[in-house]
Amino acid sequence: MSVTLTGPAPSPHAGSAGLRTAFAVATGVSLLPFALALAGHPVGSGWVALAITFAPFTLFAMLYIWATYRGTHPGIKNDDITRGHFTGRRTAGILLGVVLTGLYTVLYFEGEWLRSVYVLLDPLSHLLRDRPADQWFLYGFLYTLAVLIMGARMFWRYRHNRYQMWRTASVMFFQLGFAFLLPAFLLAMQQPEFYFTYFWPLKPDYLFPSYWSYLWSQPGGVGAFMLVFGVAASFILTPILTFYFGKRWYCSWVCGCGGLAETAGDPFRHLSSKKYAAWRFERWSIHSVLVIITALTIWLWVGEGEAVQTGKKWYGYAVGMVLSGIVGVGFYPLLGSRVWCRFFCPMAAILGIFQRFFSRFRITTNGDQCMACGNCSAYCEMGIDVRAYAMQGKNIVRASCVGCGICSAVCPRGVLKLENGKTHADRYDGAQNPLATLLRSLKNP
Amino acid sequence: MFGRKKGGPGSDRHLVIIGNGIAGVTTARAVRARDKKCRITMVSGESLHFFSRPALMYIYMGHLTERDTRPFEDWFWKKARIERRQAWVKFIDVDAKRVDFADDSPSLEYDQLVIATGSKPNKFGWPGQDLARVQGMCSLQDLANLEAVTDQIEHGVVVGGGLIGVELAEMLHSRGKRVTLLAREKSYWNNALPEAEATLVGRVIRKGGIDLRLSTELDHIEDDGQGRACAVHTKDGERIACEFVGLTAGVSPNLSALEGSKIPTGRGVLCDLSLRTQVPDVYAAGDCVEFVTPEGQRNIVEQLWYTGEMHGEVLGRVLCGEEAAHDRGIWFNSAKFFDLEWHTYGEVPPSVGATPDLQTLYWQPEDADLAFRLVLRDGRLVGVNALGIRYRHKVCERWIADGLSAEQVLERLPEGNFDPEFFRRYEPAIVRSFREQLR
Repeated sequence: MSVTLTGPAPSPHAGSAGLRTAFAVATGVSLLPFALALAGHPVGSGWVALAITFAPFTLFAMLYIWATYRGTHPGIKNDDITRGHFTGRRTAGILLGVVLTGLYTVLYFEGEWLRSVYVLLDPLSHLLRDRPADQWFLYGFLYTLAVLIMGARMFWRYRHNRYQMWRTASVMFFQLGFAFLLPAFLLAMQQPEFYFTYFWPLKPDYLFPSYWSYLWSQPGGVGAFMLVFGVAASFILTPILTFYFGKRWYCSWVCGCGGLAETAGDPFRHLSSKKYAAWRFERWSIHSVLVIITALTIWLWVGEGEAVQTGKKWYGYAVGMVLSGIVGVGFYPLLGSRVWCRFFCPMAAILGIFQRFFSRFRITTNGDQCMACGNCSAYCEMGIDVRAYAMQGKNIVRASCVGCGICSAVCPRGVLKLENGKTHADRYDGAQNPLATLLRSLKNP
Repeated sequence: MFGRKKGGPGSDRHLVIIGNGIAGVTTARAVRARDKKCRITMVSGESLHFFSRPALMYIYMGHLTERDTRPFEDWFWKKARIERRQAWVKFIDVDAKRVDFADDSPSLEYDQLVIATGSKPNKFGWPGQDLARVQGMCSLQDLANLEAVTDQIEHGVVVGGGLIGVELAEMLHSRGKRVTLLAREKSYWNNALPEAEATLVGRVIRKGGIDLRLSTELDHIEDDGQGRACAVHTKDGERIACEFVGLTAGVSPNLSALEGSKIPTGRGVLCDLSLRTQVPDVYAAGDCVEFVTPEGQRNIVEQLWYTGEMHGEVLGRVLCGEEAAHDRGIWFNSAKFFDLEWHTYGEVPPSVGATPDLQTLYWQPEDADLAFRLVLRDGRLVGVNALGIRYRHKVCERWIADGLSAEQVLERLPEGNFDPEFFRRYEPAIVRSFREQLR
């Protein structure tokens, strides 16, 4: 949660320095009950203990953010980011990375260690889910809290930019409603804990035979509805929406991983590598994960036995835990906010293939106005060298672009615009015949 | 294709480019695209790396690292076989076709030479202009010098009401300095902006926290007794105490590399429209060029990123034996004054309201820092000015090239908007206002 402390050196663009320092300290101090709970000494139980542990730091973090942007003029607020304690790959940032990585490791592999923390959430868990809390409820709770607090920060920070405001409102809504409250409500109703905002292959179980038979066996048809929704989301909804809007409809408007990256991860977006070598690695790594999960899913349907179960287990460890959580979030302060989405997420891989070849979405360039400053590339969380296209006056049509719109926001010459065109065919040479272009790109990776 | 013409460029030639800014780099790349064989060497004393000069301000403000401002990674130059050398030029011997350097690095012999040395800040002989803590903001060295004295600055004075002036003011302000900005003009940058826009920009600069003093001229800079600036004195006799003075009263061609050489210069390196100097096999590109106009009009010096790029593209073709001449085309430019973006296309002379053969339509809401202007000659569009609303370059250019009437532009206005999705659209209000003005 110390993400909210991310603060550059005092700058006159940033509200009131004295208040900021006070609220930063208060946020830090109010993390004490949380730290105590981690150490095995929760402040008590019941609603009061829950409030004492989680309310003060939420409040002070919000006040810190308010003090940061209070009285500032609406506009880009990137002063001192490259030198910031948390944002400049300095000691504080590295420590934060270590803490986040550690928390994820404990969560996945020694979740019981967190018992003294998650018991604090029992009252809420009983209210929402009609059962005691566990480490996953704690995780969902903190995750949602991070999205909401840092989402509020996005509202203040980008209040001059309606695209950012709508997009942030969307990820906050989907995280709170569809990834936190609705699954809890379903559990309370004795229904499967289903996430309507995650699809295969990001949530691979949804096409696994074992999960289907579980859903199918649910009384009342709710499970069957979920089963059909899961299939339709992967094979009908996704292609259609991506054709019209690009992968952004999901990655930076709906997805929970994207939601965290776009809110809590915003201070770190510039840390993604822009090197060509990183792009080459990305193309191999992300498509490898897609191939593996596709093969595993098919194998689960056609094969039986220990080998396939072992494969499923290892995919869960390697991809579900290490790559999406420990590396994906833990490395925010080192490699930027989209490590998982850029290098490993198989859903992003599929959406990316659609976006690159079968979509109307593109980022257009405003004639010859680019003067190569590099703000667009630097603040691209996906590490796209946006400038390389802008300098040539070319459209940016890249599989990895999540359409966050920050390149367009930070451009000081008004050069970039995210657009859904009237056709897919006018985006680049070869776009008229996407299938041929796709096949050609497979021959020359 | 080379070497066919007698005396034409051969593909085993050595092309030496002095300066690795946008003009030099564009020239090198344009030549390499046409001639895969020749040897190309780019020389710069400032930096081994090509970087975006307009981005210097973002390094200081902490938006970007120096590396972020480099458009190409190091492997690019290897792949393109463009050699780079960091060294200051001492002397150009056009008879021996040789460039000597100020340090020990060996001289370079060239077959063709390109001067792309850019600009340097203007200094108008103000007393004290060479003191410590007095500088312009053009180069990496300027940036390093500013960084070195930043801790000493509590109050900075920036002299000169142009684009670099407002950028330097914003830079200092972002680091917590109080800033006074002196401009000779009666409204901000009114030798480029019409009165209404100039007034709006001035207001935005003041809102940004800058103490903007209009109609104020620098008289001299005061020495603190240790060779450092400690105050400026204006022509009105006011003394403004400060620890830093930024001189941003425009730039002029940087000709220091040409000292003692036989390359003819005026304000800049004298060139024809194909960027040839008056010395065989010596060419120039970018800010340092002064075009000799055959009609005897005032010679032209262009000091923009965009023109540097255009020069480089033309020169690349010329160097490879093609016929090419610089044509500025329909003017365009852009800038950002604190949070206010500016796009301009075509002719928008500062005197537009008082120029009899021009008509103008202007919109500026009361509740927001925005403005939009159309300029027409004989009822046909010749210019567009947009502040706080992004407008499309190619669309405006086409409207101007096609000479649309005011009514035709108003019908098509939404096509020109380039603001992000979900942004408030001002076109209905603009159209309403313009229709009233037309009546």
